[in-house]
Amino acid sequence: MLTKRIIPCLDCDLAVSDGRVVKGIEFKQITYAGIPWELAAAYDEQGADELVFLDITASHERRETMAHVIEKTASNVFIPLTVGGGIRSVDDARRMFNAGADKVSINTAALQNHELVNEIARVFGSQACVVAIDAKRMYVLTEEEANKAVDEGRELIKTKEGKCWFECSFFGGRKFTGVDALQWAKEVAERGAGEILLTSMDRDGTKDGFDLELTEAVCDRVNIPVIASGGCGLPVHMKEVFEATEASAALAASIFHYKEYTVREVKRYLRENGVHVRLNL
Amino acid sequence: MIAIVDYGIGNLFSIYNGLKRVYDHPKLVTTDAIAELNDAKGIIVPGVGAFDDCVRSFRPFSAALIKRVESGVPVLGICVGMQLLFDESEEGSETGLGLIPGKVVRLPEDERVPHMGWNNLHLQKQSALLDGITGDDYFYFVHSYYCVPQDAERIVASVEYGRQLAAVVQRKNLYGVQFHPEKSSKRGLQILQNFAGICNGK
Repeated sequence: MLTKRIIPCLDCDLAVSDGRVVKGIEFKQITYAGIPWELAAAYDEQGADELVFLDITASHERRETMAHVIEKTASNVFIPLTVGGGIRSVDDARRMFNAGADKVSINTAALQNHELVNEIARVFGSQACVVAIDAKRMYVLTEEEANKAVDEGRELIKTKEGKCWFECSFFGGRKFTGVDALQWAKEVAERGAGEILLTSMDRDGTKDGFDLELTEAVCDRVNIPVIASGGCGLPVHMKEVFEATEASAALAASIFHYKEYTVREVKRYLRENGVHVRLNL
Repeated sequence: MIAIVDYGIGNLFSIYNGLKRVYDHPKLVTTDAIAELNDAKGIIVPGVGAFDDCVRSFRPFSAALIKRVESGVPVLGICVGMQLLFDESEEGSETGLGLIPGKVVRLPEDERVPHMGWNNLHLQKQSALLDGITGDDYFYFVHSYYCVPQDAERIVASVEYGRQLAAVVQRKNLYGVQFHPEKSSKRGLQILQNFAGICNGK
């Protein structure tokens, strides 16, 4: 039986020589969790099902540093590796695949040029094409706002906190696009994406748990796997997202980087609570 | 030497490195050195992406590979490399190698497609390729099409995804795995080691 995947996310600061995985910000100072390929090996050892490397600077100049990080990792770690951040073309993607990546994740470039999804899927296969969607709730507070949103083609979802639609952001959440995230999810699936990495911008960094309503809404609309991301602070959050939605995988960063829980501990907890995960390594 | 056929499809970095972990002499064989297949104790046929692209790119190697298969050299097809061993695929119009009678068909949409992630095997038959592997071991799958051998006896292990699908097939010295051993951590490396053992006549 197919297991639910647990995916540690390595946010890489490539301004540091060889790259460092960002742990967080403490007293306005960026803190590091370690060297990417060392952490990757440790997470593999703990039972991570897959790893995502994100270039937080998404900078073109640092492409070679990221390729080096992936090469070092792939020569020692034999689980699927996804690379995201700053991938703008088929050539950028090819560089990452040649370094040993199995999938690339595209966000900004896909929103700017929808055709890029088709191209990457056609050249490297759908299995290698992940589209990252960073979605934020846009609440409609009045009947009038609701009607206007519907007229503009938004899909309204009822949540515990009220009715909203979800807007795609890009440039790492700094800019908004006006694009409806649920419709975009359907479109990228039709264009050949093999998977969606869905991050809630409302929950990202909060440790309050995944946005279950968002995750469920996207899972209901596409037939490709969806990775839930944003807000995981406790193992119970993973249990919740797998119970409440059809998410295929859950992604988390700080809970692992701060060594609050190992991947194995999270998986044991999930198995004890009836979620099917890979424990036998 | 075990040859990994490098026909320009996908990255072979992980297969090469994975095999290197468990075997001293892996070698990538490209179109300008096809004759090297004649010296190989074993041959790995990788493959990702679209069936037709793989068939067309693999064509220069076909005759040499078929000759080696007939002379008893162990061959391991991985993912689309496994699918190439069959007659045809619903994914495209090109003809496969026809080394295992049967076809490759699309996964029904009653489950999410692609079948992506870690899944366990249902062992059906003894095979040296699966030495030390149990039904509790998980492997990384990612595919939208699956192999249907004409003779179900070819299925050494299946995997459950809405239905039972062929996960490992064997016909004499010819092996195919739908999952990616090079992406399946320790258990995957065990499969590569088993294949190296078969090639060494163990």
